[in-house]
Amino acid sequence: MVILSDITKSYILPGGEVEVLKGISLEIKRGEFISIMGTSGSGKSTLLNLIGCLDRPTSGKYLLDSIAINTLSGNELAEIRNKKIGFVFQSFNLIPRLSAIKNVELPLLYAGILTGERRDKAYEFLKKVGLSERGEHMPSELSGGEQQRVAIARALINNPAIILADEPTGNLDSKTGQEIIDIFKAIHREGSTIIMVTHEKYIAEQAERIITIKDGVCFGGCY
Amino acid sequence: MDAIETIRVAKDSLFVNKLRSVLTMLGIIIGVGAVILLVSIGEGARKEIYKELGELGSNILVVVPGKTSKEGGMHMGTSVVRKITYDEAKFIEKRAKNILHAVPVIVGTSWIKYKGKSRDTYIVGVTEPYFEIRNLKMGIGRGISTSDVDSHLKVCVLGRTVRKEIMGDANPLGAVVSIGDAKYRVIGIMAQKGMALGFDIDDVVFIPTTSSMELFDTDRLFNITLKVRSTELVDRAKKEIKEILIKRHANKEDFTILSQDEMIAVMGKILNIMTAVLAGIATISLIVGGIGIMNIMLVSVRERTREIGIRKAVGAKNRDILIQFLAESIILSVAGGIGGVVLGVALSTGLKQLFDFLPTHITWWSVAIAFAFSALIGIFFGVYPARKASLYDPIVALRYE
Ligand SMILES: Nc1ncnc2c1ncn2[C@@H]1O[C@H](COP(=O)(O)OP(=O)(O)O)[C@@H](O)[C@H]1O
Ligand SMILES: [Mg+2]
Repeated sequence: MVILSDITKSYILPGGEVEVLKGISLEIKRGEFISIMGTSGSGKSTLLNLIGCLDRPTSGKYLLDSIAINTLSGNELAEIRNKKIGFVFQSFNLIPRLSAIKNVELPLLYAGILTGERRDKAYEFLKKVGLSERGEHMPSELSGGEQQRVAIARALINNPAIILADEPTGNLDSKTGQEIIDIFKAIHREGSTIIMVTHEKYIAEQAERIITIKDGVCFGGCY
Repeated sequence: MDAIETIRVAKDSLFVNKLRSVLTMLGIIIGVGAVILLVSIGEGARKEIYKELGELGSNILVVVPGKTSKEGGMHMGTSVVRKITYDEAKFIEKRAKNILHAVPVIVGTSWIKYKGKSRDTYIVGVTEPYFEIRNLKMGIGRGISTSDVDSHLKVCVLGRTVRKEIMGDANPLGAVVSIGDAKYRVIGIMAQKGMALGFDIDDVVFIPTTSSMELFDTDRLFNITLKVRSTELVDRAKKEIKEILIKRHANKEDFTILSQDEMIAVMGKILNIMTAVLAGIATISLIVGGIGIMNIMLVSVRERTREIGIRKAVGAKNRDILIQFLAESIILSVAGGIGGVVLGVALSTGLKQLFDFLPTHITWWSVAIAFAFSALIGIFFGVYPARKASLYDPIVALRYE
């Protein structure tokens, strides 16, 4: 379902061009639970953002559900993100001014779903992550673990093809982190495809397959 | 994203920074309020002047020195204008068949003194028919008579304000006042007329034209105010006077004969300019308000960079972001516009109540234009920040701290 062929990504910096990804090819099948590991600065987030259609590769081919992502416009990418991708970030990335339930509703808003249905569905997903009582709370009133669960509910709400998580436990203590991983495992059992970046071995090992990135190339687990 | 949600999201984010939103709106409130208020002052002046001119009656003509062009603009100081004299007025009255009265009017300012009190006021030299022609009523005593004029009598009729200022409650009739170097006997007091356009029309002293010629040492008239025998004869009378005066002015038409309609038209042109200038000044403040909106929207976009990144990450298209921010600036300016309408209407109504010399008149079109303009300003000054927000790269926006 995710097929990357010889993907490179360069950033143009004042000091010159820096190639962060240097030709990555990998394949991920529907329903897999993948960990991406690598040292800090090795290009894990860059790779995840490319898979999540937040960014475009400098060269190479990317097929997502047989769609050639390279050829799409910014707005088409936005639509793909809305329909097929659910993001979970290290720093939760909830909108601070919006209540938990409003944050969860957000993808539905851009999918053109009307208010009543949005609320019902958002409530359903908050319940799924065990936060049915916290819907009206603002992010600042929630603990880190709770915020991350709100973010997971938001990622799941549009029933996406892939869940992408960039160090989802990075800002949490190990107990809370494990709770988050348990949620991922549960949704994986229900059939979701999950790609999770982490640099903690014991977390990575709970996935089915570990992809290792080193200096912008694939070091292992890419197929 | 549906319209209701767009407005709700915009409203919510404006409520988060209540003080800031209100201060930003204040610029628009003041701008719209100023447009409505200043236009209402201009239009109030127009109404008042039209009323005054309308009361003159349609069988009045006024001859003034100088040639007014057909477009109604005055030529001022371009060439030496030949004066119109007292004798010419007398001549017209005698010769012109269609004229009932011709009043030679002289206007100047002078000090008037009575028992140690004094006032600098308008002195108007007139003849007997003037009071009837201009619809001026006497309070007590009598007006200037033909024999006063013929005998160059030093008599005067005081307006209410002048009387109050220099003599208070003392019996005015028969009192002797000084105007310039001469002594004048008070023969009458005008009925109260009130204020018009900030000009106190009771702050005036009438004396015989002949005496005013001596006072100001001139035979140059301010105008000749004419009463035509009947309304139907106005055009014929105009032609007649024109012929008489041209002959006496060495075949040059260096004077203007204005009928009531023409006076209204000339005043209308002047008032149009005045209203346009007032509206223009007010519009500048509206534009300044718009720049305030743009400034605050730019700050807001920057502050919410991360939010924009998050929204894009979950599927917001450029257009969604554009509309979201545009909605905010439009809500700011439209709410400001509504506030401005309320302020402008309240101020013009209040002014009218408080000061009877400021007869404001609110026109629906100024309210409509000011309000529509405020909405346009929200769009115009909101587009740039909103577009900027919509074009953020999601990755860059998400990394923004
Ligand atoms: N937008 C960017 N502009 C310039 N350099 C970037 C940008 N994003 C990432 N990089 C650089 O690319 C490298 C890889 O970054 P990243 O993918 O975030 O690494 P990781 O997530 O593995 O720690 C780093 O050296 C980082 O500084
Ligand atoms: Mg990273």
